[in-house]
Amino acid sequence: MDSEAMTTVPGRSGPPGRLELQRTPRPLGGAVGAGSPAVGEVLAEVGRSEADLRRFLHGLPGVDQVGAEARAASLATRSIKTSSKLWGLEMAVRMIDLTTLEGADTPGKVMSLCAKARRPDPADAAVPPVAAVCIYPDLVPVAKRALAGSSVAVASVATAFPSGRASIAVKLADVRDAVVGGADEIDMVIDRGAFLSGRYGLVLEEVQAVKEACGQAHLKVILETGELATYDNVRRASYLAMVGGADFIKTSTGKVSPAATLPVALVMLEAVRDFAGLTGALVGVKVAGGIRSAKDALRYLVIVNETVGEAWLDPSLFRFGASSLLNDLLMQRSKQLSGAYAGREDFSFE
Amino acid sequence: MSDERLVVRKTYKLYIGGAFPRSESGRSYAVVASDGSFLANAALGSRKDLRNAVVAARNALAGWSGATAYNRGQVLYRVAEMLDGRRSQFADEISSSEGTSQEAAAASIDAAVDRWVWYAGWSDKVAQVAGSSNPVAGPFFNFSVPEPTGVVGVVAPQSSSLLGLVSVLAPVIATGNTAVLLASETRPLPAITLAEVLATSDLPGGVVNLLTGQVAELAPVLAAHRDVDALDLTGAPASLVVELERAAVSNVKRVLLPQACEPDWAEAPTPRRMLAFLETKTVWHPVGL
Repeated sequence: MDSEAMTTVPGRSGPPGRLELQRTPRPLGGAVGAGSPAVGEVLAEVGRSEADLRRFLHGLPGVDQVGAEARAASLATRSIKTSSKLWGLEMAVRMIDLTTLEGADTPGKVMSLCAKARRPDPADAAVPPVAAVCIYPDLVPVAKRALAGSSVAVASVATAFPSGRASIAVKLADVRDAVVGGADEIDMVIDRGAFLSGRYGLVLEEVQAVKEACGQAHLKVILETGELATYDNVRRASYLAMVGGADFIKTSTGKVSPAATLPVALVMLEAVRDFAGLTGALVGVKVAGGIRSAKDALRYLVIVNETVGEAWLDPSLFRFGASSLLNDLLMQRSKQLSGAYAGREDFSFE
Repeated sequence: MSDERLVVRKTYKLYIGGAFPRSESGRSYAVVASDGSFLANAALGSRKDLRNAVVAARNALAGWSGATAYNRGQVLYRVAEMLDGRRSQFADEISSSEGTSQEAAAASIDAAVDRWVWYAGWSDKVAQVAGSSNPVAGPFFNFSVPEPTGVVGVVAPQSSSLLGLVSVLAPVIATGNTAVLLASETRPLPAITLAEVLATSDLPGGVVNLLTGQVAELAPVLAAHRDVDALDLTGAPASLVVELERAAVSNVKRVLLPQACEPDWAEAPTPRRMLAFLETKTVWHPVGL
């Protein structure tokens, strides 16, 4: 890298003279992610070899564990009331990826989930639809049909979800299957075994290959932070996914405990913020697993606002992967509007 | 050094979901004796405490109503035993808050223990009285069986701090309902001590949830809460009753209205209070196939 690249933080639209730089060596694996030319520069720096990648990831500043947890805990005490609360509840509804990922999923269950996604509260048309439904790949065509004509996207998990234990060929076939079925978004899992044993290049290549297989579909990369052990690893995996071309980075599959936590979300949001400063690419964050109450959801929104700013308070850049959360949001919303606490039978079960 | 011992004063808390939390609001109020002297501070429950109590009661309902009637009776009998074991503490609290003599307090404790035993016996017998096998013109057995209504909000009597409280609480839980109870506003101490008895009597957490605080603040929230299935307004002030009844309409709660003045709790009980919070389920079963 020449001196210009070392000293300049690339902006979203660099000066014309920089075009030369963007054509510097292609990263590992070949596929460039995230569209922005500036991403190519970071890739060029980190992706020339496995050793470069390792140096880059291990050169990231460490996460102060106590500090991150204290920061998340202090933000969680913030009180959101009245009109702000109502705004937050409706925003959270719009950010939900309504999820069902069970072995027992049937087309009927997916269709009723889709009906709920289109109109979460049948008694109140003012409630906005959710962002997406998140399902297994074989049910994508069912969901696609059920959601035709609505703004709700179809997200499909893929790449041997939830363990990610399959060959790359199988994983890519899984992705193509979902894309052909009509999935608008693909939730892939990283190979945690490879990541934890330090084979970062392998993980990066996999993300890039999946990104390529996604075509027009958005790619969410699941880090499964519950298995990554440290916040340093979460930060590294976040960068790895973003460099690989992720449109979203996602905390968890929901199959492993602990799933999403506030400090983990904080670390990932900081990574997203720093990556945006570095490359200009806006990457989204999805928190999934264990978020059941409206109170939790509002806490995440506070952390988003305080860490990356208002731009991320939008379903295109922040999502909740959840199922039972939606009912609690609806109950809290009806409490805000009517003054009386709602009963759990006032809203449909998933 | 002074011979005078520093008195350890209890800080009373709420009883929600089997635990003793402080009020979410952090508020408390002074409880005074009948002669106006300071007794203790009690938690001033808020509507969020009430919401938490309803959630706890709802979560406990499946387990408690699903337990065998015999088992519920045993638990209630155990409550009577535990209450009996703490009679001196109850006697002090009742006589100071109600301004009665120790003898009168002891008599009301005896009656309260007997009341638990009475309802403990009823828990596996109420189905025989409230249920029936019905003659029908067809090849069917036809049964009507009583089932608990669900989560019952109870406004406890304002003057009889222990016997009155037990007389409204025991019939609700004996049949398998779970309860959210607003204790007497000015005489809450025996109620909280009763909560300590319940917490050590094998009663599953959440079956009884007890809040102290202002009835005028909490009762309307309880009456409007759509996850509450029934209301016992025995201790509600007459000025509030119409408003509470109206709020209870939104999800058609069963409402047990208060009598014109607080009844004499020492009188022998009847099954009336149990039957007020039971639903009837009728099943048709084909014969002989």
